[in-house]
Amino acid sequence: MSSDALAQLRQTFFEECDEQLAELETGLLQMQDGATDSETVNAVFRAVHSVKGGAGAFKLTTLVSFAHVFETALDEIRSDRLEAGPALMKAMLRASDVLADLVSAARNGDDVDEALWRGLADEIAGFCGKEKAAPVSAAAPAGFTPEPLAFTPQPLAFTPQPMAFTPQPMALPSLTPAPAAEDAQAGGGLRILFRPRIELYEKANDAVVLLRELERLGAMRVTCDLSEVPPLDALDPHGACLGFDIRLVTDRDEQAVREVFEFCEEDCDLVIRREAAPAAEAAAAPDPAAILNALRPAPKDAPADPSAAAPAADPPAADKTAAKPADPARAAEEAAAQRAAATAAPATIRVDLDRVDRLINLVGELVINQAMLAQAVQGADGARDPAVSGGLDELDQLTREIQESVMAIRAQPLKPLFQRMSRIVREVADATGKKVRLVTEGEWTEVDKTVVERLADPLTHMIRNAIDHGLESPADRLAAGKPEEGVVRLSAAHRSGRVVIQISDDGAGVNRDKVRAIAIGKGLVAADAQLTESEIDNLIFLPGFSTTEKISAISGRGVGMDVVKRSIHALSGRIFLKSKRGHGSEFTLSLPLTLAVLDGMVVTVDGQTLVAPLSAIVETMSLDAGRLRAFGASNAVIADRDGFVPIIDTAAELGFRPHRRVVGGDKGVALLVESEGGGRSALVVDAIQDQRQVVIKSLETNYGRVPGVAAATILGDGRVALILDVDALVARARGAASEPLLAAAG
Amino acid sequence: MTQTVLTVDDSRTMRDMLRVTLEESGYRVIQAADGLLGLEALKGERPDVIVTDINMPNLDGFGFIEAVRKDGRLAGVPILVLTTESDAALKNRARAAGATGWITKPFEQTRLVDVVRRVAA
Repeated sequence: MSSDALAQLRQTFFEECDEQLAELETGLLQMQDGATDSETVNAVFRAVHSVKGGAGAFKLTTLVSFAHVFETALDEIRSDRLEAGPALMKAMLRASDVLADLVSAARNGDDVDEALWRGLADEIAGFCGKEKAAPVSAAAPAGFTPEPLAFTPQPLAFTPQPMAFTPQPMALPSLTPAPAAEDAQAGGGLRILFRPRIELYEKANDAVVLLRELERLGAMRVTCDLSEVPPLDALDPHGACLGFDIRLVTDRDEQAVREVFEFCEEDCDLVIRREAAPAAEAAAAPDPAAILNALRPAPKDAPADPSAAAPAADPPAADKTAAKPADPARAAEEAAAQRAAATAAPATIRVDLDRVDRLINLVGELVINQAMLAQAVQGADGARDPAVSGGLDELDQLTREIQESVMAIRAQPLKPLFQRMSRIVREVADATGKKVRLVTEGEWTEVDKTVVERLADPLTHMIRNAIDHGLESPADRLAAGKPEEGVVRLSAAHRSGRVVIQISDDGAGVNRDKVRAIAIGKGLVAADAQLTESEIDNLIFLPGFSTTEKISAISGRGVGMDVVKRSIHALSGRIFLKSKRGHGSEFTLSLPLTLAVLDGMVVTVDGQTLVAPLSAIVETMSLDAGRLRAFGASNAVIADRDGFVPIIDTAAELGFRPHRRVVGGDKGVALLVESEGGGRSALVVDAIQDQRQVVIKSLETNYGRVPGVAAATILGDGRVALILDVDALVARARGAASEPLLAAAG
Repeated sequence: MTQTVLTVDDSRTMRDMLRVTLEESGYRVIQAADGLLGLEALKGERPDVIVTDINMPNLDGFGFIEAVRKDGRLAGVPILVLTTESDAALKNRARAAGATGWITKPFEQTRLVDVVRRVAA
């Protein structure tokens, strides 16, 4: 096999391992929750079995050894010899984690410390009542160990049957290419007496094929014993009537001959003997017919069907192709086919990610191009030809559909990510001695692949935090009147064009006095700052907040919630914490479904064209004098249905012009936006130009991070427009939560 | 004449490995991912040899072999079973179901090709 093919196989193997590991964990979690059906247990077994099988092919001995112990225990469970109790299931789940580690070590070619898996392997082997896991070399499946080949000739004494045929020596022409006896060298002769039983043919072994194989070993002469062939009217064409007396001249040993009969030893009578001297054989050898007579099988109890009789010379195997109408078999086949249709997995193809990304880029260009085209047509003479305009609308529609379809290719369920979290939960629970149950919801929610990948680290960190800092010790929980086992809830859902992920725990909630004290102690807030509860909770996102007070092995060194927040921001996401003392905390992440396009409102602000994400805008309002109220020294609020909403002068916030109070009669429009915490604000802009889909181009990669700006896009006329980061703008303007504090601290 | 081998295995790695190995030795290879799909694949084919795994979803190797043996058209096709262990019990069950022979995983390529040749008529 070429090294290319091998590398390809290796890659396939590791891809498959990932799938199997996910299957494994899903199944184990179902078993832990009480699933005992054989399909679940079998699926779990198969997952480990597949990993082991592939690992064996690539000689990954450590992986094989560990998978073998794991698989053995699963086999015990599925054959009801071992009960899947809580302790065992816990060990099994840890084993799935270790298996995942061993797979990734194998993938990276890393050496694995035996301590990583040996203890657990022994523990699991202990459940099976077996001895300790064997050393690596012994536990690896041996290649082809020949089974013990002790052949015991069966005592065969029965009454001779009346014979219709006299035995006659017969040289099968096709099987005797060379006159064997002549070139027989001293010591080279083997005598093989071979009488197939019906079972041999039933398993699709064939005397002719076996003789052909024997012939490869050396020169051969075969005598066929026809003594068992019954009279024609009693002949069963499917029966086994022939015996063979074979003389083989070979330099191979008896073992090589046995190997030819490896698959059918139990389905035939076989005697292999070394002939002392070929020259003397005719005299010394017993009469072949006598030996074969002794080997003769018991009479068949099934009477032969005379109507099915075939010419006696036909070897039985030749009739195997004759179709027998078998209705039960056909019915079973149809039922099987129906089941296949019911359980058939949707057809999939595997596509290189680069190709998808190229497609997405091209579609992005198509969207821009379509916008430019629309603008150009518009620009020509103001009014559009109805046909052109209709065509453009259709093009717009099609472009959108193509775009959505392409995005759907990249969309992936969050399930694998959530599954990884269940491992984190187990590890942290073990390390902290806390009892934790992870509840997941909405794991089939689909998000762009990149978003899923880049969520892994922040989510891991938040889960660790929730257990390490959020949940109380079992004793404290009992004292507080809570169940001993804490619950960490991880949920995902699509909400107004974004995906919202929540991580909540039923722990003690944020200790606000402590958080405040830490923040003041580190100079992050003024000692006399007036902070709302929510503002205090969100202090934990400040850089420098969580770096020193308590560094535990679990929550990580130096990685604070500020890093989590930054990662989420990098995904154009928001993070927000709600907490209730004694009842727990809840982190809410709001993320875009895709990082490639955005539905936006194109607005003018102080002569600049900007884009506001449509997802943030609740409604638009005119700046009627009757709705506006002055607020404070230089601010204003605007009345909406539910009350008053603070006004934010977008131009001033972005530094286009100095701040001034917005008053009634000012030119402009208010965009009522809802920001992460649920609060509403009114962003004032000069005018609304259009509403359209824009392709997001990262500002950070192409230029640099600008506060209040999320990204940029290219408009139809080829100009670059900035996309507003509404939440950041609102946070800044309100002087609340982190941003201004960040500025003050930084 | 080119001989055809049907391989039935739920592991993609194993399927690829079988395909590459057998194709390099000049066999035509058709493949299925479990027993039911294997029976499906046999509707339009009568391969010279079948190589099947035992542990598979939907219909395992034992059930697959039994179904093939019950089908008069296919009953004479040699079936080789892939097993990971040289477990005698497993082999005996496979034999009882009608398997012609077995290949122990991990297989060496030459060994696989040799065994397939050995049972092919």
